[in-house]
Amino acid sequence: MNKIKSLDDLRKMKQSLEHGMNIREKSNSPESLVQIRVAMATCGIAAGARTVMNTLIEKIEIEKIPAVVTQGGCMGYCYAEPTIEVKVPGKDPVVFGNVDSKVAIEIVEKYIKNGELLDGIIPTNYQTINE
Amino acid sequence: MNDLSLHIIDIIQNSLSAGATLIKLTVNEDIIGDLLTIEIEDNGKGMTVQQVMSLEDPFFTSRTTRRVGMGIPLFKQSAAQSSGDLVVLSEPGVGTKVTATFKYSHIDRPPLGDLANSFILMVSANPKKEFFLRYLYNGSEYCFDTVEVKEILDGLPLYDPSVIRTLTTMVDANIKEIKDEN
Repeated sequence: MNKIKSLDDLRKMKQSLEHGMNIREKSNSPESLVQIRVAMATCGIAAGARTVMNTLIEKIEIEKIPAVVTQGGCMGYCYAEPTIEVKVPGKDPVVFGNVDSKVAIEIVEKYIKNGELLDGIIPTNYQTINE
Repeated sequence: MNDLSLHIIDIIQNSLSAGATLIKLTVNEDIIGDLLTIEIEDNGKGMTVQQVMSLEDPFFTSRTTRRVGMGIPLFKQSAAQSSGDLVVLSEPGVGTKVTATFKYSHIDRPPLGDLANSFILMVSANPKKEFFLRYLYNGSEYCFDTVEVKEILDGLPLYDPSVIRTLTTMVDANIKEIKDEN
């Protein structure tokens, strides 16, 4: 990758960034994207939410999945942190607990790509507080 | 919490929960003065004097999903064990400023951790919010402003992995350069 440091470097890189993005992502409609929300309250962060977030971002790039990784607050599942909520377009959101990097990769490969369910799902009778 | 950049994520999450739209992070590594200062300032809904006073109580939280709040107490503990302190200033309707100080050379001071990664993750996960980073090392400084960056990216999504990687590399390169020069 080119060396990038100043805002001018960023300006020059903009085109190549744009080329690399797939069309669906450029359409900029969040409904067409897979939304992955990583719970990032104290408990989640302490349990390794940042590592999981980095892994997810890397993995969706490798797999070229149009997805957005965002952060959420505490959902009350401190015992199962790190937790992530995955919303595939047209489906109900699913919450996975005890997600480490290995599980995160499995979630992308199995659930997001193929729709297979995995162990560690938390029933969705919750309500998120900070939408 | 393994490092201070994780505490920063935690406090920024508080700011976001308080409805902030602008979050300013200042990290000042003053080796000469043997002081590390981390300041997070937001324009969220703020807190009353009473709420600020109860912050250090781990059993105080505004959250409804659980009854304990460890974010501030843990951050304060990290500061206190490094001969530093944590101060929260807040005004309802204006915002909140959290300032943590650490004796830089203190053996119990946690490492700063990957600041560029933590900061850019917050930026990319909250594309509608504005973030400002001011990083100082022995008086030299580097600033990153999402207002400028978004203008240059001109609609490219901040959550795109290639954008995240580019921005992280950029912030990291600047932090390293300032450190090497000083």
